[in-house]
Amino acid sequence: MLLKEGQVRIPAGCAISGIFHKDGKKENGERIIKSISTMHDRSNGLGGGFAAYGIYPDFKNDYAFHIFYDSNRAKDECETYLKENFDIIAMAKIPTRRHPRITDEPMIFRYFVQPLQTVLAFSQLDEKEFVVRKVIHANHNIKGAYIFSSGKNVGVFKASGFPEDVGEYYMLENYEAYSWTCHGRYPTNTPGWWGGAHPFALLDTTVVHNGEISSYDANRRFIEMFGYSCDLLTDTEAITYIVDYLNRRIGLNYSEIANVIAAPFWSTIEKKPEEEKKRLTYLRNAFASLLVTGPFSILVGFEGGMMALNDRLKLRSMVVGEKDETVYIASEECAIRIMQPEFDKIYAPRGGEPVILTLNKGGNAQ
Amino acid sequence: MEFTANTTYYQELQNQIRNCDDKEIIIKELYGQRYIGCATSDKNFKLYGTAGNGLGQYNNGSTIEVFGNCQEAVGDTMNSGDIIIHGNCGDACGYGMRGGRIFIEGDVGYRAGIHMKAYMDKFPVLIVGGKAGSFLGEYLAGGLIAILGNGAQGKMPCSYFCGTGMHGGKIILRCDEKPDGLPEQVLVSEMTEQDREELTPHIEDYCKYFGLNAKEILSNRFYVLTPNPNSGYNQLYTFE
Repeated sequence: MLLKEGQVRIPAGCAISGIFHKDGKKENGERIIKSISTMHDRSNGLGGGFAAYGIYPDFKNDYAFHIFYDSNRAKDECETYLKENFDIIAMAKIPTRRHPRITDEPMIFRYFVQPLQTVLAFSQLDEKEFVVRKVIHANHNIKGAYIFSSGKNVGVFKASGFPEDVGEYYMLENYEAYSWTCHGRYPTNTPGWWGGAHPFALLDTTVVHNGEISSYDANRRFIEMFGYSCDLLTDTEAITYIVDYLNRRIGLNYSEIANVIAAPFWSTIEKKPEEEKKRLTYLRNAFASLLVTGPFSILVGFEGGMMALNDRLKLRSMVVGEKDETVYIASEECAIRIMQPEFDKIYAPRGGEPVILTLNKGGNAQ
Repeated sequence: MEFTANTTYYQELQNQIRNCDDKEIIIKELYGQRYIGCATSDKNFKLYGTAGNGLGQYNNGSTIEVFGNCQEAVGDTMNSGDIIIHGNCGDACGYGMRGGRIFIEGDVGYRAGIHMKAYMDKFPVLIVGGKAGSFLGEYLAGGLIAILGNGAQGKMPCSYFCGTGMHGGKIILRCDEKPDGLPEQVLVSEMTEQDREELTPHIEDYCKYFGLNAKEILSNRFYVLTPNPNSGYNQLYTFE
């Protein structure tokens, strides 16, 4: 029997790409698809996906759940669970086009939901924590159902296949986003299930990741103490929960999160000025189990912003190009040059030094 | 012969190049196509755009000139020839290189010149006009690396862990003050006349390629990093 993700551990290689419009301008998915296609050989056709921010303006105050179902039974069971906890404002199949290289698709549905006020009040949780717990509960307990996108005004679109094919399959030319991230996957040992593709998402946090973290189990053990369930056993899922935990629950800003997960070496901290030394030492000590080791370059999307980060040794490539109010980030320079031939500034961020982008006004950087 | 790459898949582009007997190869609109000039020995490449990973890997005597930036693994394990980059270069440039020269006008990324080595008449050289990332010349076993520090304002022109595990070769850094914080495998000294003589012909060629003044560059203060014979590594690779 084919083992799915969650039953077998899968290391991954990969390509990432992102576009962020600081002025909030929106564009459809055509350029990001073109971008990722230049890095075709960084993927092997076993996973591709996109996250798009600002795509559901008509439902911007509702949680947008994107769900894979393996069977009608899973769909019935999951919908029953959703109805017990949420008011479903709207639901529909996510539109797709038939694609010769995208096969074995599950049923893919989208729901716009609001927590049922009575259930929410009874739970004594804040709204976001309520939604998180319900999503994790469904993913952990309902066999054959997987909520892979759960934020407001953001959507994840992913599948087993090459990312450029996945983009065409989901008809991303029909979505207008101010922020796009994208991922092409190169797992070395995979059953190729759709859920294992990136981005991984929880609420409005999405993560695409190139690399393989060697601290996975240490990170998983720590994060699972706080109610998260790493059901897919992929390192990117753990990074997503770490970012959600540090930001939403602990209240760290993205720069501090970078100092935790890609903490500088002690020998580097030693050379910093006194105040900075104290700050970095505190973060390393307080969240020692959330240090992420091994090679990675990630793009973290969040409401109104994006963070790009390399591991502290910079064992994966990443380049950033800025042109007017738009920032382009990718694993390879060719992937941003194909979108924008000339830049005002182009550079490779140093290992462990985050690039944090937010919308010009009203952005939620913290 | 002139080719236009644009989004042509690298394999097809390479086949076109291999099927061409011309010595002069010009490629326009490169968008990250990999392995250009790989294992060639008698060609002159002129590349316009962004050169993909593995540019000039195993280069065995070709001259490869890039008008644009390069990505990762330039000149990996190359044996001879020159690679000239009018722009910046990504990570792991000149990895395990044992001959030939790489000239970079701008900056180079992390892990440049790792484990370069010299053998008999083979002597690899890496000249970088700007700055270098961390792990420059890690495990260096032979050859010459020079970082000219353009844009570093006289500060040490490379980042952390420079020369870690170094047991041969020479790293020359342009900076105003003696670099500190280097690993124990590295000895630092001011550049001697002998070092300058060794460096000069390569700087002259560098300046020829990029239209700069060699005398002006060489008039700056340089520091030379060599392996510390007391670090123990020398016994691993020599048979004295």
